[in-house]
Amino acid sequence: MDETIVIPELKQIVGALIFASKEPISIAHMRKVIIGTAEQEGGYTKDFAAVTEDQIKQALEELRTLLKTQHVGIQIREVAHGYRLANDPACGPWLRMLLEKGKANRLSRPALETLAIVAYRQPVVRSEIEAVRGVAVDQILRNLLDMQLVRVLGRSELPGRPWMFGTTQKFLEHFGLKSLNDLPGTEELRRLEAEQLKKKEETKSEQQDLIESEPDNSSLPPHTPEEEMSGVPGEDEDEDEFDEDDDDEAWEDEEDSMDDEDKDKELS
Amino acid sequence: MAQDDYKVVLDVFEGPLDLLLYLIRKEEVDIYDIPIEKITRQYIEYLDVMRMLDLNIAGEFLVMAATLMMIKSRMLLPVEERVVEDADDEEDPRWDLVRQLVEYKKFKDAAIHLQSLEEMQENIFDRTGEGVDLGPIPDVALQDVSIFDLISAFNDALSKVQQEELKEIFAERFTVGEKIDDLLARMKNASRLCLTDLFKGMRSRHEVVCTFLAVLELMRLKQLLATQDEPYGPIILMTPGLP
Repeated sequence: MDETIVIPELKQIVGALIFASKEPISIAHMRKVIIGTAEQEGGYTKDFAAVTEDQIKQALEELRTLLKTQHVGIQIREVAHGYRLANDPACGPWLRMLLEKGKANRLSRPALETLAIVAYRQPVVRSEIEAVRGVAVDQILRNLLDMQLVRVLGRSELPGRPWMFGTTQKFLEHFGLKSLNDLPGTEELRRLEAEQLKKKEETKSEQQDLIESEPDNSSLPPHTPEEEMSGVPGEDEDEDEFDEDDDDEAWEDEEDSMDDEDKDKELS
Repeated sequence: MAQDDYKVVLDVFEGPLDLLLYLIRKEEVDIYDIPIEKITRQYIEYLDVMRMLDLNIAGEFLVMAATLMMIKSRMLLPVEERVVEDADDEEDPRWDLVRQLVEYKKFKDAAIHLQSLEEMQENIFDRTGEGVDLGPIPDVALQDVSIFDLISAFNDALSKVQQEELKEIFAERFTVGEKIDDLLARMKNASRLCLTDLFKGMRSRHEVVCTFLAVLELMRLKQLLATQDEPYGPIILMTPGLP
């Protein structure tokens, strides 16, 4: 009967909230819950009625250090929309066995490289990725789209209006990133982007006259990304193709006329 | 090469820049001062091996071979006799390539970092037991070991094979299908098998080629896993699923 209630510390409350929450919980959400409880329950919960986000953040950090230094096999991870409990990665092999996960599928090096280029350079068109890798990436890109690690962001204003690609939420989850700013060396690789943009601007202005003399493609029906991905050559090659087609036709015409002559001879 | 019984089609997703960076690292040369003659020779050697294996290599490999030869020939000319195409063309003929390689290298490093994140993430589960899972990966290039490491091992094995004597003509005794069966049987008994041991005692190039294609095909079908304990270390074959 005589149960003494020990008023919990803030970090205990924070820990309990993260433990019980089904979804990752944000600091703002925790504060709302704590203040709501004080209003509704009263009593000693009122002690936390004036809690600030900074205090919660501090309690959270204490808790994280505590878990880390005490080696309890559990950690608090910051993910895209807040905090959640997860196991210590070092204990993964046992969990894989428990949860019957088998060997995880990993991306191949070329796929990872393509993904890295998309991640740092987004929004990016296929030709830009190929310029960096020096080899066609259509199949890899298609697979990344299928795996939902990459998505279409829209169309570029470049000639031919190619698709622009970017990474997805699943990409962040797969690599345990909070946001794109979490990518290592972001500044340096983005600076490269700026340099390239400048270079592109220069070449673009040189090519401008050429482009303007070409027929307008915008009236054509839009392609689906799949169509575009399935090995349709770039704009430059397109021109060549047209020339070849013309040659072919000319050649056929010649043959036809020859046939006609032959027939004439036969008839006479 | 006639492989009537079993046609192995392997796509190579690595490009010419990957091969160049691989050679530069392997030879431990300075990326800013590439010995173009040596690297060109090796590049073409690898290209020949890939052709011999009938790998689906991209046309870009041939373009790069031409570029390398052009750079090589321009390097041979004394500076004052080089054709100056535009103002900033007077620089080292290797420069454009170096710039491209250095830029690509940065993304390769970023990819390595992503890979370590991926490896860590696959061991993390939340309270519901859910972790990240991509599901089946539609197509995977050879994992863990770079295709060029494999080709390098293959090339070594080939060079160890003694020149075949041209006395008698034997009917072709080896097929890829047969070698696949052999290899699967061997892997049943051994959990780890060194790739170079596999080639030991083979006397004909044809046998080496068939064996190597069998290895590649089994890797593609995920019946076999190739890893290295250290960069440029010996390649170890394993049965997947066994840690």
